[in-house]
Amino acid sequence: MHFAINARSYDVELDTRTSLLDLLRDHLGLTGTKKGCNQGACGACTVLVQGERIISCLALAVQYQSCEITTIEGLGTPDALHVLQQAFIEHDGFQCGYCTSGQICSAVGLAHELQNGVPSAATADLTAGAIEPTAEEVRERMSGNLCRCGAYNGIVDAVLEFLGETPEAGAPR
Amino acid sequence: MTPFRYEKPADVTKAIALGSNTPATKYLAGGTNLIDLMRETIERPETLVDVSHLTREIRDIDGGGLHIGAGVKNTAVAAHRGVRERYPLLAQAILSGASGQIRNMASVGGNIMQRTRCLYFYDDAARCNKRETGAGCDALQGFTRNHAILGSSASCVATHPSDMCVALAALDASVQLEGAQGTRRSVKLTELHRLPGDTPEIETALQPGELITAVELHPNPFANRCSYRKVRDRSSFAFALVSVAAALDLADDGSIREARLALGGVAHKPWRARSAEVVLAGKLPSEMLFRQAADSELSAARPLPHNAFKIELVKRVIVSSFAALARRKVTSA
Repeated sequence: MHFAINARSYDVELDTRTSLLDLLRDHLGLTGTKKGCNQGACGACTVLVQGERIISCLALAVQYQSCEITTIEGLGTPDALHVLQQAFIEHDGFQCGYCTSGQICSAVGLAHELQNGVPSAATADLTAGAIEPTAEEVRERMSGNLCRCGAYNGIVDAVLEFLGETPEAGAPR
Repeated sequence: MTPFRYEKPADVTKAIALGSNTPATKYLAGGTNLIDLMRETIERPETLVDVSHLTREIRDIDGGGLHIGAGVKNTAVAAHRGVRERYPLLAQAILSGASGQIRNMASVGGNIMQRTRCLYFYDDAARCNKRETGAGCDALQGFTRNHAILGSSASCVATHPSDMCVALAALDASVQLEGAQGTRRSVKLTELHRLPGDTPEIETALQPGELITAVELHPNPFANRCSYRKVRDRSSFAFALVSVAAALDLADDGSIREARLALGGVAHKPWRARSAEVVLAGKLPSEMLFRQAADSELSAARPLPHNAFKIELVKRVIVSSFAALARRKVTSA
């Protein structure tokens, strides 16, 4: 099977049962994407497919052969952090870091959805053209990514900054 | 996961030929339910027919209405301009379900075909009539907070978890099916899912090999007065304890020309509340009337040891939903 991941081509022999997550981690050594629940409940395995966020644990690799896949390794490197990675550091958006790559891929996908005018359950007016990226919108839209350390306030602030908003420092939450 | 053969047919006809002629075949779209169940070896298909690239179109139907291809992703439906303006109930329901990632993967057809399920269905140490015919149901003596209060049987008390389908039930949506030799038929969403009875393993009216190709929405007068309200244990990314899809059409004299009501989290299928609708039709809106309608619908409820609270909860959500819709200021008639 042939895959395009982080602008690089890969040819691998694969059992059809292999998930996209296991392809990344076990076959290609791209271990930045994490395995949490492996059943679609935690979001740690979030990656981007054609710019859209999905969970790779419930994705069969065989279905994603002709897609452009982006993982955390394709967003930033230790020497050249993605702006969102920098924002997570500045806003204490993590403790243990296990959920972080999923959070970051999810937030990049979230920004893409906002740009395309995709509403959420927090969007009051479904017919409005543009959607204001409020903290409430970010919380609702990031609900597919769990953080056992509970770094949610920092995550929301980091994502807000990434979206061009000013985080409400010290505001009651 | 047991081994399977993977097929990606070029069109619907080839997909159905594969689905009809091969035993133990499942259609695969987003996979968010099926792959999970395969990993738990609850589903053990020998062939997967990938239909995720087929029927991906949303288009207007002559005379009003909307055709939504079964392969369209849940996110794309909720983001569609025509859905948001003419069927906001459907957009709201979809957006209240699952997570952003899952809505990007899940298809319309897959959302409809996801299994009616409970924790005991997933637990291979528990008995479950859905997993093994005649095995018994350990949910009945178990933790039943999330289970059904309407239409259940001694064989199964699981609920259908879809939010989208509750809105489709209220909107009287039709589901287009295509079967072997090109046979086509249309079934109301409300008639597609079955109550458990003695055969809880049979969840829909689909024939072997039949494929959902589209959902069709009909013109309706409810766009200005409809709401989907979902009550759950956390405020996002959780199944409903109860959910309420409500819609009102008011006449010039303020009376109710037509009301629509469908409930989620209460039954083995999306529950269209026709008894309540009859109570409401032609009357002047009031909280007392809404309560009567809710009482009428829930008079058939049979709670389990841990879920009697759902009866009063769903009644209150019905009353407050309709009360808010009746009060809503609507600019255009």
